[in-house]
Amino acid sequence: MTATESADAALRIAHPALFGPSPATRRLRAVFGALAVLAVLGAFWRTGFLDATRLWQGLGKLGWLLQFMLPPAHNGWLLDFLHALAETLGMALFGTALAFVIAVPLGFLAARNILPLNLLRFPLRRGLDGLRGIDTLIWALIFVNVVGLGPFAGVLAIAAADIGVLAKIIGEAVENADRRQIEGVRSTGAGRLQTLRFGIVPQVSPVILSNGLYFLESNVRSASILGVVGAGGIGQELSDRIRINNWDEAMFLILLILVAVWAIDTMSASLRMRLIGRASTRHIGDKRPSP
Amino acid sequence: MNATGDAIAAVVAAHGALRRQRLLRSGIGGAALLVALAASSWISEVRPDRLVEGIGGALDYLDRTMPRATGEGVVADLREWYWGLGRWVVLLLDTVVIGALATLMGATAAFALSFPAARNLVQSASLCFGTRRVLEFARAVPELVFALIFVFAFGIGPLAGVLAIAIHTTGSLGKLFSEVNENADHGPIEGLRATGAGWLQSMGFGVVPQVLPVFLSYTLLRFEINVRGAAIVGFVGAGGIGQELYLVIRQFIYPDISAIVLLIIATVTAIDLVSERLRHAVIGRENLS
Repeated sequence: MTATESADAALRIAHPALFGPSPATRRLRAVFGALAVLAVLGAFWRTGFLDATRLWQGLGKLGWLLQFMLPPAHNGWLLDFLHALAETLGMALFGTALAFVIAVPLGFLAARNILPLNLLRFPLRRGLDGLRGIDTLIWALIFVNVVGLGPFAGVLAIAAADIGVLAKIIGEAVENADRRQIEGVRSTGAGRLQTLRFGIVPQVSPVILSNGLYFLESNVRSASILGVVGAGGIGQELSDRIRINNWDEAMFLILLILVAVWAIDTMSASLRMRLIGRASTRHIGDKRPSP
Repeated sequence: MNATGDAIAAVVAAHGALRRQRLLRSGIGGAALLVALAASSWISEVRPDRLVEGIGGALDYLDRTMPRATGEGVVADLREWYWGLGRWVVLLLDTVVIGALATLMGATAAFALSFPAARNLVQSASLCFGTRRVLEFARAVPELVFALIFVFAFGIGPLAGVLAIAIHTTGSLGKLFSEVNENADHGPIEGLRATGAGWLQSMGFGVVPQVLPVFLSYTLLRFEINVRGAAIVGFVGAGGIGQELYLVIRQFIYPDISAIVLLIIATVTAIDLVSERLRHAVIGRENLS
């Protein structure tokens, strides 16, 4: 062993961290890496991706479908399609409004500074959590059983799924309301209701308004697929067309949904800007990664 | 009348005009909203009597899904309620696998597409435009519609569900990723370019290390959403617990409905908690470096 080599070995022993991960760490990493690869392979196997013939045949069928989808055509059903689209928009708007009418009082009640009784607030909040945990489409399936096929089931499903989320958002906004403003109103001799009206409501109403528009946008998306389980709207037409292999009409309906969603998003964004100003148009994508 | 009086009168008049203008504007807005609501209630077949009937029916339905006490003790009742637990747990695991695999595939595709979709990272405007439109389409078409189409093409089973959720994930993550890329610091890229690095190298060593923690945290967030989605795509035959839930709701097996819905809520909540901790760990590391 030469002098440099022994010096090198001594350095390695004295400062192991400088020479990269130790053999034990490397082995551990290799084991974890192998396990991860195995897990992914297992997932591919379990979901049927390793069945090459099925995959190949499916892709072939998909290409065949695409040929039938283009060009999209309404084949004389345009008026029915537009009616279904109007139904979808109506379901979204009325469902959102219904959810709001119920969620605003519930949200105020779920706020600590409005209802100081833990005994009442706790079950209310758990109930709202339960509503929130169930997806709109599950609600739609249930309401189709309760009130029958049609857009009314969709309206109820949208409202039921949104009440929980909305009440939570409103409750949090009420709890986070600036105390100084509330105290200021109270110091002028205002009663409980007046404090609510002039101390809390002005702080909460922008939150309610902007969320109303957000929920409307997202509900137009939801309402467009609720028809798949029979709850009315354009989704019903779409799933019917797919079931009977009318692919050019299916594509036409998909494009119609895209245009409607885009139009509602644009309208709602401009309304939001006018009602509450620029600040609220910021969204999660604006977050810069820290340097 | 003196000057102060005039000034006060002017202010009062201006205030009155402003008030009238605001009243008029909110009046028009309110009237438009009312008309829209009336139209939507008409087209979606909502009537007050049906509303009352619907809420009553929902409460009745809820009552029927509650497990019955047979008087043989809590354990026996629970066993009766969750008689299919073994099968349901397997289906739930399938659902989580569908969500995880779809997230992995979607995030990988989104990662690849997020660089050409970032306006400031590519020279060719048409490449950027094209990539963005593809991502938009993948994002805007609902998961369930893709699932319907893929079930037709690939047959009933989780394969269709994974593909449907993966495509939707590509669209939504691709948009978020490309926005993060656009906000990345240009210093490292220019430094790498100066050393003679090509496009791939300057992306790999200049951009990726900056954006990876944010990508990871968005991907975990998407995983939470995708597990929820995976529980739903089964409704059209795309595998997982949703297929079973669809069956028991359609066949009016009431106690099973509540049993499965509670299992789904528990699974989703557990995954949210784990993923939230992971996300905080990822973001924490980002803040340290």
